[in-house]
Amino acid sequence: MRSIECRTITGTVASLFEKACIYLPADVTSSLRRARKSEESRLGLYALDTILSNIKAAGEDNVPICQDTGTAVVFLELGQDARIVGGSLDECVNEGVRTGYRNGYLRQSIVSQPFSKRKNTCDNTPAVIHLDMVGGDRLKISALAKGGGAENCSRLTVLPPSAGYRGIVDYVVSIISECGANACPPLIIGVGIGGTVEKTMLLAKRSLLRKTGMSNRDPETAGLERKILSEVNKLGIGPMGYGGRVTALAVHVETFPCHIASLPVAVNMQCWCSRHNEATI
Amino acid sequence: MVLLSGKIISARDASLKRVVEGLKRGEELPFRLDGQTLYYMGPTPSRPGRAIGSAGPTTSSRMDGYTETLLEQGLKCTIGKGGRSMRLKEKMQECKSVYFAVVGGTGALVSRCISRAEVVAYPDLGAEAVFELEVHNLPAVVINDIYGNDLYVQGRAAYQIK
Repeated sequence: MRSIECRTITGTVASLFEKACIYLPADVTSSLRRARKSEESRLGLYALDTILSNIKAAGEDNVPICQDTGTAVVFLELGQDARIVGGSLDECVNEGVRTGYRNGYLRQSIVSQPFSKRKNTCDNTPAVIHLDMVGGDRLKISALAKGGGAENCSRLTVLPPSAGYRGIVDYVVSIISECGANACPPLIIGVGIGGTVEKTMLLAKRSLLRKTGMSNRDPETAGLERKILSEVNKLGIGPMGYGGRVTALAVHVETFPCHIASLPVAVNMQCWCSRHNEATI
Repeated sequence: MVLLSGKIISARDASLKRVVEGLKRGEELPFRLDGQTLYYMGPTPSRPGRAIGSAGPTTSSRMDGYTETLLEQGLKCTIGKGGRSMRLKEKMQECKSVYFAVVGGTGALVSRCISRAEVVAYPDLGAEAVFELEVHNLPAVVINDIYGNDLYVQGRAAYQIK
């Protein structure tokens, strides 16, 4: 059994969020630069150029890229031969969020009691934590700072199995068409297909941790990703909804086997500002 | 495209709820609404030595209901991101009010355009408090003008491939 200290987890989580909110992953920035080459609209180019200047400004000024530093979503992959010592896993992750958001001057955006008091918890906790047990003795932590505007445009449905490939494409495209400019395009569209309703949204969310535009390993699923991307980019919404060719940077699809009666499909929307970061202890 | 300079106020979901509830009770507000420009925004905390933290726009449509009441009080301009409801667009045109968008997620650049930020109401709401901001050359795009034009509708139509 390998021991992993709680305080190491706390420090790692804190640092992952602090950095994620100021420095965008290189693959996201490269994807935005590539988008510039295919954009034809003047205002679309203005939006992309402003976004790229902003990414630079955030690093220079040590200021968060976006003021919505999000809900702290933490994916944990815990090796079954590792043992957490010095406290509870849940609490040390939340302490990391608390510390990272305070030290990084990140915004506290979480309210308790969602439908009445909505009182700010003032430390951005609790984090949304997903734990998976895996082989080995390491702990992999993926931190995702998930902004509210794009999350609000996420949707889930259960299609009849007869809807098939075309039904999925039409559903995803209809969501993007409906949410238009609100989710801060150019988007990264996370799509989950299969499993049960909670599983399919989790697949969609997890797909957002992928490098931008990296295809699914299954050729048929990769083909579906390309088809959805091409249909979405025909909508004309463009960067920031000002009109243009690039409404989405990438579509990431993840699948899971499902019940004979069901075809669940989830869309987890990600704005261009895809802030995530990971570390293995 | 325009560059905005001068004093504006910022508020969002929780603070606008209070503003509108206060107006309904006939209370005096701690800031002026007549001729005012309202930016839908809740900043990150400012680091020492800076006027404000990251300060980009939030999604405007959540504020459509509140905004209708504020337009009746003389609110002149709103700044945010994303489309407005048909009902609000009609109301904005009737009140000759303009809606601007700032590029979403660009809070670090916007921060450079703000030289002073002061909480003028509801400090207990943290980032959602009402701030008075002094802005210099804040770049914005006109989405809805007073003639009924809508850039989100027109821009999309120009690039849609059927």
